[in-house]
Amino acid sequence: MYWLENSETDVRQNDLYINKIDWLSILLYGALVMIGWFNIYAAVYDEQAAKSIFDFSINSGKQLVWIGTAVLLITVIMVADYRLFDNLSLILYGIFLLILLLTPFIGKEINGQRAWFEIGPFRLQPGEFAKFATALALAKFIEKPSFDLSRPKFQFQAILIIMLPVSLIMLQPDTGTAMVYMAFFIMLYREGMPQKYYVFALVFIAISLLSLAVDNNLYIALPVAGLTLVLILMGKKNWQRIVTLCMIGIAIIAYSYSLDLVVSKLPQHQQNRIMVLFNPDIDPLGVGWNVTQSKIAIGSGGFWGKGYLEGTQTKFDFVPEQHTDFIFCTLGEEFGWIGSLIVVLLFVALLIRLVFLAERQKTRFSRVYGYCVISILLFHFMINISMTIGLFPVVGIPLPFFSYGGSSLWSFTILLFIFIKLDSHRIQLLGRMN
Amino acid sequence: MNENRHSVIVIVIIIVGVILLTKLFMIQVVDDSFLRRAERNAVQRIVDYPYRGLISDRHNELLVHNNPVFDLMVIPQEFSIEDTAKFCDIFQIEKEKLIERYTAAKKYSWVKPSPLIKQISTTDFAKIQDYLIDYPGLFVMTRSVRAYPDSIAGSALGYIAEIVPRQLERDTMHYYSQGDYIGHSGLESYYEKILRGKKGAKYKMVNVRGVDKGSFKNGALDTASVAGLNLQSTIDLQLQKYGEKLMKGKRGSVVAIEPKTGEILSMISAPVYDPNLLAGAAYSKNYNVLLSDTTKPLFIRPIQAKYPPGSIFKVVQSLIGLQWGILTPNTTFACNKALVACHNHPSPVNLFGAIRNSCNPYYYQAFRQMINQDVSTNTYTDTQIGLDKWHEAVEKFGLGHKLGVDLPYENSGSVPSSQLYNRIYGEGRWKYSTIYSLSIGQGEMLVTPLQMANLAAIFANKGYYYTPHLIKAINGDPNNIPEEYTTKHDVGVSAHHFDMVHDAMAEALYGTAMRAIIKDITIAGKTGTAQNPHGEDHSVFVAFAPKEDPKIAIAVYVENAGWGGRAAASTASLMIEKYLRGHTERPALEEYVLAGEFGD
Repeated sequence: MYWLENSETDVRQNDLYINKIDWLSILLYGALVMIGWFNIYAAVYDEQAAKSIFDFSINSGKQLVWIGTAVLLITVIMVADYRLFDNLSLILYGIFLLILLLTPFIGKEINGQRAWFEIGPFRLQPGEFAKFATALALAKFIEKPSFDLSRPKFQFQAILIIMLPVSLIMLQPDTGTAMVYMAFFIMLYREGMPQKYYVFALVFIAISLLSLAVDNNLYIALPVAGLTLVLILMGKKNWQRIVTLCMIGIAIIAYSYSLDLVVSKLPQHQQNRIMVLFNPDIDPLGVGWNVTQSKIAIGSGGFWGKGYLEGTQTKFDFVPEQHTDFIFCTLGEEFGWIGSLIVVLLFVALLIRLVFLAERQKTRFSRVYGYCVISILLFHFMINISMTIGLFPVVGIPLPFFSYGGSSLWSFTILLFIFIKLDSHRIQLLGRMN
Repeated sequence: MNENRHSVIVIVIIIVGVILLTKLFMIQVVDDSFLRRAERNAVQRIVDYPYRGLISDRHNELLVHNNPVFDLMVIPQEFSIEDTAKFCDIFQIEKEKLIERYTAAKKYSWVKPSPLIKQISTTDFAKIQDYLIDYPGLFVMTRSVRAYPDSIAGSALGYIAEIVPRQLERDTMHYYSQGDYIGHSGLESYYEKILRGKKGAKYKMVNVRGVDKGSFKNGALDTASVAGLNLQSTIDLQLQKYGEKLMKGKRGSVVAIEPKTGEILSMISAPVYDPNLLAGAAYSKNYNVLLSDTTKPLFIRPIQAKYPPGSIFKVVQSLIGLQWGILTPNTTFACNKALVACHNHPSPVNLFGAIRNSCNPYYYQAFRQMINQDVSTNTYTDTQIGLDKWHEAVEKFGLGHKLGVDLPYENSGSVPSSQLYNRIYGEGRWKYSTIYSLSIGQGEMLVTPLQMANLAAIFANKGYYYTPHLIKAINGDPNNIPEEYTTKHDVGVSAHHFDMVHDAMAEALYGTAMRAIIKDITIAGKTGTAQNPHGEDHSVFVAFAPKEDPKIAIAVYVENAGWGGRAAASTASLMIEKYLRGHTERPALEEYVLAGEFGD
């Protein structure tokens, strides 16, 4: 694409480091963080006991502390040696694996999960921070010229690097965070993972959703059987082909039937989250509550929104977790579709800008890391907003830069700014590209 | 081979953005149901109940007012008690009841108030007021219930209670909601729309736990309630009270009317019940007790009970006969007991004597002349023509149809027409001998005590009446009462025919109702006995007084009290004296009536 074609002349001509930094990304980041901060204030605002947005006793004041410290982190990252991340990647990965291993034992139990460390007044979620370490490790491994993702051996290695932290996080158990690691497959796709896997996965997901959505699996079994028959009749009639097609058909039908069985074996709260996706009215006051209330809040915003601090649904606590995972509700309610449009466009712009940056890297290390950042951000953005508007089951993952909380803001900031740092040194980082 | 994959990723990013924005557009802009659901969520409509109009008597003495009662509310989250026994002692509640109510409150909501003790009276509230501060999570909500200071006129006033499904269905304007109070009987029901006022509404915002978060849109949508209008009724409190005292322990009715206006001075349905029983906390319990009472206190006898008019109807027969020219004051018939039974009196009698002596054979013969006027040579057809003509004349006296009193559930009574006999016997198969008992007010005729009192008013007025009614003024203005109560109804009998009737009725007292005679007040009256196939006959007396310038017309029924000259006449006489003099001067007669022993 021509608009991603890139001329390096301007960078080379200017020797000032500050001009090598991608200020557009930082601007988009800053905009999202500030909008997020104002929304956190709106989410906790109480007209009858109005407090300043800077009041440290409320979450907006605390978030300001997190933003301030995030700026410190950015400064540290930007002044650090760019080679540090390359060199430390495997060590950081190792350290985080160790921390994740310990978390289920020494973490603080919240809602039946041991996903948090408590250090003084602060709570940190190692699973969030392990993302950038995993990203660095993936970059380090894939950097090797011999690392060819079309070969099963390397496919296996890449998946292993991803699955190690995932399996440890599952021990906590924190399904939402673990799920985010699946986003790395977006990066693997860019780096040459065979396309057929993705096609297969999409078909698999489609069949899964279908068989969960329909009441009677016959609605799937009959069309699949019919399609198989048509394919058999249309193509060559050799035994091998017929047997293969039959096997695939039977496998799909068997899968659709077994899925209901598998779902019924899941813990009840996960089952409910899945079923609510298809019918939030099953139990609007119970498991459907979050989705229903979230949709009411966003939906009641209309085109222009109710105005800043004028929302009733989020302000009066109808939406649970409104300052963390459901922060998008406040935006949707108070700023309407226009506000949602702006934020969605900001995210899309940032992601495309990052694709642009990743593609202009001189080393595979930086590019792989860049795509890791894109993958994680895209996944969070997509899943978080989808769940607030009922397109995806409720998964406890935050909206990047928006949601309240130190762990989430810090980890996304570190994730993004390591890439911006690497990008600013792309001229020095001359590696072999393949 | 992988270089173009970044384009796929960019396309995926864009698709994700488009999908999210599309879905957002669907729920935010296209589908407006979420806005309504949001308002249902966070905006609570609080009904501001209006003050119900008061009802007073004709001299502006209060019959019904609103009494503040207090509901003790509890918020379970804030509520705690250490000493349950002490709490129960202070608040006068049994422990089991407290536990039951508190459990129900907790089940309803931890943070929203629920009633713990309902309808605490002002006096009881004064006792507990000081203790409230010791118990967090308790507060008081003020409401009002109807109160009847003199405990009288229950059947005329009616009562209010929670709306029932049938009434909700009829409420096409959707004014009422479940749990609202509405008039169920009597004036409370008939003038519901005037008394109820207009509900107001306040909109306030609540959070997810129902906690008040201030007014919605700064109260722009709020409406204030409008108090109901006050009614002045025509009832005379003192007379009503006195009448209820006289009817104590008896069954029957008293209806007193001011003849010149049709205003009901007193309406008693005995046995009377204390209307306060149907107001307040014990409503449903008391209602069921009253409902299952075999003496039927909830049966509104003055307008619902039907009795044969008996001898009193002879006056109507006389008037119709005079008007038609069939009878003259000098028309004489022999008291031929072969036709119909009679008691001993001089015979033959003229019309005056017939009324005075209540002569049955006289009316048997007179009625035959009225019915069979030889219009047709066929006896059967002739009877039918005569009866229908007569029926028309009788209906003008306010009989055989609802008078239209301002009370629900009025009974029409019945005056038979040819249709009825055709249905029973077949057309052309009945004649005078079939229907002769109508001549003396027996047979297929039934009238309500109210219709009977109205007859007395017609006699008093010499030929006209105003529909009896209980309303005198609405919010102090006597001009806006319903038009039908200021419309004169002429019964179609010339006034001069009544002169003789007045004299005969005044004279009749000396023959049949000596007890009713009052010194210095001339009463014109007529006794009657309503035959009761189930037991002792009912005692009936209608009268008006003073004869020269009638101020009160009255009908008294005392069930199972035998002959009209005793129980009914005595009661009516005392009522007349009470109304005209403001007091009574005959303690012996009063005692006689109160004792209720009316046997021979």
